[in-house]
Amino acid sequence: MSNGVPIVRFENIEKSFGSFKAVDGVTLDVPNNSFFALLGPSGCGKTTLLRMLAGFEHPTSGRILIDGEDMAGIPPNKRPVNMVFQSYAVFPHMTVRENVGYGLKVSGVPKSEIAPRVEEAIQMVRLDGFADRKPDKLSGGQRQRVALARALVKKPKLLLLDEPLSALDKKLREDMQLELVRLQQEVGISFVIVTHDQDEALSMADLIAVMNRGKVLQVAPPWDLYEEPNCRFVADFIGEMNLFEGRMLSVDGGHARLDLKGIGLVDVPWDYPATSDVALAVRPEKMRLYREEPELGWVRLPGKVAQVAYFGDNSQVFVETSQAGRVVVLRHNQSRSRDEPYRTGADCWVAFEPTDGIVLSD
Amino acid sequence: MENWRRQPWVFATFIGPGTLWLFLFFLLPLGWIWLFAVGEREGPVDIVVTWTLENYREALQPVYLQLFLKTFLIALVSTAICLVVAFPVALAICFAPDRYKNVLLLLVILPFWTNMLIRTYAMIAMLRQNGFVNDGIGLLWTALKYLLTPVGLDGLMGERFAPLPLLYNNTAVVLGIVYVYLPFMVLPLYANLEKLDRSLIEASLDLGASQVRTFFEIIVRLAKPGIVSGIILVFIPALGTFLISDLLGGPDSQLIGNVVERQFRAANNLPLGSALSFLLLYLTFIALALRAWFAARAEKADA
Repeated sequence: MSNGVPIVRFENIEKSFGSFKAVDGVTLDVPNNSFFALLGPSGCGKTTLLRMLAGFEHPTSGRILIDGEDMAGIPPNKRPVNMVFQSYAVFPHMTVRENVGYGLKVSGVPKSEIAPRVEEAIQMVRLDGFADRKPDKLSGGQRQRVALARALVKKPKLLLLDEPLSALDKKLREDMQLELVRLQQEVGISFVIVTHDQDEALSMADLIAVMNRGKVLQVAPPWDLYEEPNCRFVADFIGEMNLFEGRMLSVDGGHARLDLKGIGLVDVPWDYPATSDVALAVRPEKMRLYREEPELGWVRLPGKVAQVAYFGDNSQVFVETSQAGRVVVLRHNQSRSRDEPYRTGADCWVAFEPTDGIVLSD
Repeated sequence: MENWRRQPWVFATFIGPGTLWLFLFFLLPLGWIWLFAVGEREGPVDIVVTWTLENYREALQPVYLQLFLKTFLIALVSTAICLVVAFPVALAICFAPDRYKNVLLLLVILPFWTNMLIRTYAMIAMLRQNGFVNDGIGLLWTALKYLLTPVGLDGLMGERFAPLPLLYNNTAVVLGIVYVYLPFMVLPLYANLEKLDRSLIEASLDLGASQVRTFFEIIVRLAKPGIVSGIILVFIPALGTFLISDLLGGPDSQLIGNVVERQFRAANNLPLGSALSFLLLYLTFIALALRAWFAARAEKADA
């Protein structure tokens, strides 16, 4: 997926606004030709990091290298990056064509070269036929395409996207996700996207950095992030998670014995040194529901259905267990039968295989 | 919310006082003046409406047309200077930290708290032969001469400092108009720039435009409505100026406003004064109509 010099390198970046540390010691590489997501809750510093790449903010300390070149002191208009703004920032007084051509015009590209490049960019984002319209005659999705074309026409080394899909409705957002991945593969440059939406990051990016409170907690491809989170925050932030707190009693030959509150002794694979306080994290879709106690060697917990959140294709069933508190189980609605056995108040059993759990010590 | 049109009495209550006021103190007097313009003097105070066009014919004589032209030019130059001075001020207030914004706006409108006559007299104190400006320049002149004397270059500067003729000329009139009407330019520009989406400026920089280019291609273009309001708010009152030109101007600084004032008072020729006033009004209307027409045409071309 990537090789050679990383297109972006953050070296020990810190950024303070007054006494507030927005970015707190970030060291991070963005590989060449990758779709890279900065994911985190609002205020975690991801946007600040992106704006530092664009040159609108300057790190309090640390270095930023783009394609091996130190960006210190280089103003936004001299950087080999372009940005798609959250509000799109499409110039309202220019037509689509003028918007897309603006970056080339102000950079002194000869007129004869501008026209074909602009047409190409407009076609690439599928806006042919809208080139002479003003932004107020375009939909939100079309305006975003203008912003994309306007940034890509400059052939940057890096495209920055600041929460690009947050203003679109769900259907359009899903279309644009596919569209962005297609564009990234087509133009072959790295995209760095900032988002607080885990689904967006998981479905688009090939590498995700999860941030919280100015720090990068984990950088990993989507599968690893989802199935092997390295801490409670990442486990909880990406998708749903059931956490069973407990202690690690002993480690022996690739296995660890845990004593989980309300559950008891559980053996899980473990290749690391022993620690004390741990949590076993289990995804809702890895848990099963039974009407009667199943005859399995799994962890089994009796309980009562407390609430059901229905999403059409699946349902989240919240079960209040007597031993381990409330757990959430994902149930695929495979049958059209109205005879749903797990209604609120129904008695049931929740079971999961300990090896489907993730041991978290942080 | 209730529809106002379905509540005529509420509507009338709200709009009534304003309408009455404007009718009594604006439309009615204006109508009188309009009638005076087609009337003739009969005795020292009486004016008879005879529907004569003689007053307008007199008002269109070359001597007055020249005055119109001169007034137009002075208003134009003053408005242009106002725009150039006010734009950076408005921009600076927009980009100032929030807690200073109100203070800065207050400073812009502070001169309004002083009577215009006093403000204009203050300009005299600034600009006259021994005024603050000349004194200041004189001090600098003396200091420079003192510095140049040891190197023998003081001869270049002449024997004594000759005060600059700053007052009682057209420049003084323009300066006075700029001073008095500057807030009328700053405020609409500020209101317009304040609404400007900052990310548009960042987008322009991001796309490779320099700061200067961004200023002209993005900020100025998007501030157009504010610029137009500011120009109208400064240019139109500047056309009717008479106090500033009377106090700060020299013998050749008479504007059309001064002539109108003289016809109404000293010369007691109300019909001619009225005709001149209405001629100015017609010119202003034509200018505004042309602007609206151009704006509508530009909008049509866009659609």
